[in-house]
Amino acid sequence: MLSIKNLHVSIDGKEILKGINLEIKPGEVHAIMGPNGAGKSTLASVLAGRDLYEVTEGEIIFQGKNLLDMAPEDRAKEGIFLGFQYPIEIPGVSTVNFMKTAVNEHRKHKGLDPLTASDFLRLMRDKKALVEIDSKLTNRSVNEGFSGGEKKKNEIFQMAMLEPKLAVLDETDSGLDIDALRIVANGVNKLKTAENSTIVITHYQRLLDYIIPDVVHVLFDGRIVKTAGKELALELEEKGYDWIKEENGK
Amino acid sequence: MAKEEQDKILDEVTQSDYKYGFVTDIENDDIGRGLSEDVIRMISAKKNEPEFMLEFRLKAYRHWLTMKMPEWAYLKIPEINYQDIIYYSSPKQKAKLESMDDVDPEIRATFDKLGIPLDEQKLLSNVAVDVVMDSSSVKTTFKQALAEKGVIFCSFSDAVQEHPDLIQEYMGTVVPIQDNFFAALNSAVFSDGSFVYIPKGVRCPMELSTYFRINAENTGQFERTLIVCEDDSYVSYLEGCTAPMRDENQLHAAIVEIIVKDNAEVKYSTVQNWYPGNKEGLGGIYNFVTKRGICEGKNAKLMWAQVETGSAVTWKYPSTILKGDGSSSEFYSVAVTNNHQQADTGSKMIHIGNNTKSTIISKGISAGKSSNSYRGLVKVTKNCEGARNFSQCDSLLLGDKCGAHTFPYLEIGNKSAKVEHEATTSKIGEDQIFYCNQRGISTEDAIGLIVNGYAKEVINKMPMEFAVEAQKLLAISLEGSVG
Repeated sequence: MLSIKNLHVSIDGKEILKGINLEIKPGEVHAIMGPNGAGKSTLASVLAGRDLYEVTEGEIIFQGKNLLDMAPEDRAKEGIFLGFQYPIEIPGVSTVNFMKTAVNEHRKHKGLDPLTASDFLRLMRDKKALVEIDSKLTNRSVNEGFSGGEKKKNEIFQMAMLEPKLAVLDETDSGLDIDALRIVANGVNKLKTAENSTIVITHYQRLLDYIIPDVVHVLFDGRIVKTAGKELALELEEKGYDWIKEENGK
Repeated sequence: MAKEEQDKILDEVTQSDYKYGFVTDIENDDIGRGLSEDVIRMISAKKNEPEFMLEFRLKAYRHWLTMKMPEWAYLKIPEINYQDIIYYSSPKQKAKLESMDDVDPEIRATFDKLGIPLDEQKLLSNVAVDVVMDSSSVKTTFKQALAEKGVIFCSFSDAVQEHPDLIQEYMGTVVPIQDNFFAALNSAVFSDGSFVYIPKGVRCPMELSTYFRINAENTGQFERTLIVCEDDSYVSYLEGCTAPMRDENQLHAAIVEIIVKDNAEVKYSTVQNWYPGNKEGLGGIYNFVTKRGICEGKNAKLMWAQVETGSAVTWKYPSTILKGDGSSSEFYSVAVTNNHQQADTGSKMIHIGNNTKSTIISKGISAGKSSNSYRGLVKVTKNCEGARNFSQCDSLLLGDKCGAHTFPYLEIGNKSAKVEHEATTSKIGEDQIFYCNQRGISTEDAIGLIVNGYAKEVINKMPMEFAVEAQKLLAISLEGSVG
C-alpha cells in the first residue's frame, strides 16, 4: 500500500524529517505518536502534497506509483485522504456543492459518469447516517462557523463520501469532547475494510482506546525511534515522552 | 503555493479569452467623427425627433462644454479626445421591422452567437428582450403580449415617437442634464436604449431585458434607459452587454433613470461584460455610467443587482433617492477586475423620506494587476427621521499585484439615523485551495468554487437565467488566477 524510504523533508532550509522509513499494508491501522514538534503533521502534509515542504531525499511509493511526482488533487483521486488537524472554512460554498464536485472528480478519475443529483443526495444521506453527522452541518457552508468538534466530524463525513484507500488522520482527536471522540472513532471503525489502511496521528493514547492500531510508531526529532504493537501506546500514556527523549539523548 | 507556480498560474489568467470579441460585418450608417451642435442636430434629425428632444440635447451639450471630466475617481485614464469619436452609427437595415424576417441575417447571427436569439419562439418564454446594437435598437420581442397588460416596453427612439408625452414628463428628472460630465454628454448625444412603463397595479408578466452590443469601430455607445413604475406595480428588468475586441478604447456613457411610485417595486439587474482589453491593458471599453432611481412614492422599493466583469475602466455608482416615506433600496454588487482593468464603483443612498431603509452589499474581486475600488455614499437629510442603512464592502484579492480600496462617505444630518458599515479584505487562501485539492478538486475549479461562494449573496438576488450566466462569467473571467 504505502512505502516510505529514507524520507528527508525541510521547510525554509530547516530539516524536519530526517530519514523516515515506514511500510503500511492493506487493512492495517498505524498510529504515529510523539511529542509536539516531532514532525507528525509534517509527515501528514507531505503525504498529501502540501508544497510548503521540500522533500530533499527519499521516496514515497503508494500503490506502486511515485507519490512525490503527483499533484495534491491527483494523490487525492488515487485514494489518499487527509483528515486535517485544522479543517479550513470556505465561506459561501455549500457542503453539498463541495462534496458533489469532489465525488464527481473522483468518479471521473475512475472513468465513471458523474452521479445524478438524486443519487448523490442518497449517497450523502447514507454516509451522514453512518458517521452520525447532523444535516444542519452539511446544509451549511464548508466548515463555516463550525465548532472544533463539528469540523472533525465533517472530516470523517468527507472521508466516508470519498472512500479513500489510505486515510491519514492528523490529530483528529484534538479539541474533541468524549462524545465527539466516540462518534469520530466509530466513523473511522465503520469505514475500515480489509483493503483500506489508516494512519492515525495523535499526541495522546485516548483515541487509541477507540481505534485499535495494529502498529504504533513513535516519531521523535524527525525519526521513527520506536515501533511496536498497541501496548506501546499504553506505555507512553503511563510514562510520557521523557524516557524516549532520554533514550535519544535529548 | 510556491512563488513560481503562483506566477505561472497568474500568467495563465491572461490567456483566458474574451468569448464575445468577434465583429459582425454589416454596413453602418454613421455620421463621421466629432461633436458639435451640427452633429447633435444631425442625430436628432436622423431620428426624426420632436422639437423638445433637440432642445434637451442642445441644452445638455452647451452645459457639457462648460464641464471638465471628473478626476476624483481612483482611476488612471488617458486623455479622451472627444472629437475623435463617432457619435452615431446604426446598422443599415430596413426602416421598419414588421417581423423577424426583416432583421438582417448577419445581425440575427450575431445575437444567436451571443446566445440571445431574437426569434420569440426560441426565447426563454418568460423574458422579453430589446436588443441595441451600436446606436440603435434592432428588435424588441413580446411587444404585443406586454401591450395587452398595458406595459410599454420598446426602444427609446420608438418611445420618443409613440409616447412623447411620457418621455417629456420623465426624461431628465432623476439624472438632470447638468448632473455630471458624462450624464451631460449622454444627454446631448444619446441614440437609443429602452423605455419601460408599467401602469398602475400591474405586475409585469415577464422579465424585461435589454441586450447592448457595441459593434462598429471608433464609435461611442450612449444609451439611455427610462423605467417608470406607477403605483402598486412591479417589474424585473435585466441588462447585458458585450463588445468586440479592438485595440483602441471605446467609450460607453449611459444613463439609467428609474421612477418608482407608491408601493411599486423595481428590480434592476446588470451583467456587464464589455470587452476588458487584452492582457497588456490595450483596448477595452471605458464604461462611464450614471444609474439612478427615485423611490418617489411611499413604501416604494428599488433593488440593484450587478455582476461587473468587463470594461477596461468602470465608473459607476447606481444610486437611489429614497424620497417616499417607508421606501427602501438594496444594492448588491460583484465587481471583478483582472489584468489591467480598473473599477471605481459603488452606490449612493440618499435618505429623504421618514423610515427609509437601504442596504449595500458590495463584493470586489481583484486579480492580475488590476485595481478595484468601492466608493459609496450614505446621506441622511436633516428632516429624515428613522433612516437605516447597512453597508458591507468585502474585497477578495487573488495574487499580490492587484489592489483593492474602499472609500465610504457618510453624511448624516439627523440623529435618529442608524447607519452601519462593515468592510473586510481577504485573500483566497492557499489553505483553502489546498483543502479543495486534497479532496480531488483542481486549483482552477477550487477558485471557481471559492469565488462563486464569495459572491453568492449577490448572485442569489439575480433572476435565475442571469444567475447562471453570472456564475459562468465569474469563473471565466478569473480562469487560472491564484493567490
